[in-house]
Amino acid sequence: MRILLIDDSKTMRNIQKSVLKQLGHTDIEEACDGQDALNKVPAFKPELCLVDWNMPNMDGLTFVKTFRETDKTTPLIMVTTEAEKSRVIEAIKAGVNNYVVKPFTPDLLSERITETIAKCAA
Amino acid sequence: MDASYITPFMTSIQNVFSTMFQLPVDIGEPSIKTDNTATHDVSGIIGVSGEMLGTIVLSMPKDAALSIVTLFTGMEMEADSEDFVDAVGELVNMISGNAKAEFQRKGVSISCPSVVTGENHRVSTPSGTACVKIPCSTDCGEVVLEIALREATAEDKEPQTRAA
Repeated sequence: MRILLIDDSKTMRNIQKSVLKQLGHTDIEEACDGQDALNKVPAFKPELCLVDWNMPNMDGLTFVKTFRETDKTTPLIMVTTEAEKSRVIEAIKAGVNNYVVKPFTPDLLSERITETIAKCAA
Repeated sequence: MDASYITPFMTSIQNVFSTMFQLPVDIGEPSIKTDNTATHDVSGIIGVSGEMLGTIVLSMPKDAALSIVTLFTGMEMEADSEDFVDAVGELVNMISGNAKAEFQRKGVSISCPSVVTGENHRVSTPSGTACVKIPCSTDCGEVVLEIALREATAEDKEPQTRAA
């Protein structure tokens, strides 16, 4: 499965990458903000995206809204420090399929990834 | 400063450190910081804007910061490396974001993090804002959270309204 990690923090991308590798996913592309991700989408054709919210140049919410204009089905998981209910609702309305609040344990992230993939495949 | 601004940060640093790398944090007695000189030589800084204004600083001695970053990333790093700066930035980002959720306000935003290193650097706070130091003791050394937050006034919001 092709997975696009979108986070301006390399540290956070590495942590997420290590969780994905433990789940057996190795086809991973990285983007450092929403605009970088949009540039990489056409060639990489992700089957799952993990998206941070607060990033320079283009934030994660703008990425989700733009991505959803042309792709209604690829699962998107927001992985962010934005923990307020209103933010979660805003992200879901924009088109994310699941939501993980930082800080997270590897088990929690792993669980959310697995359930999102299963739900979207059903 | 309203005490309710401080408590969420105490909980948040404990939550972030224990969840991400199982490091317990003992919170000490908060005190008012009276100058702009950084408490320690590594500062992770977040700006707060919107309904509240201010700065949140995670200040760490270099050795403590290196140990904490090693636990966080699983890698040993040099203090002048980009990866070290990135990791410190992500720590203060998570601490601030987590605490912000406790404020239960829609209109508070946090900036992307900045990191400054070096002895005796200065971190300015917005005018009219008291800065509270929260000492945090860990097995990697003592770190400090510095919270300078206040309600935004109509005067603070005015330039944004004009710009819109």
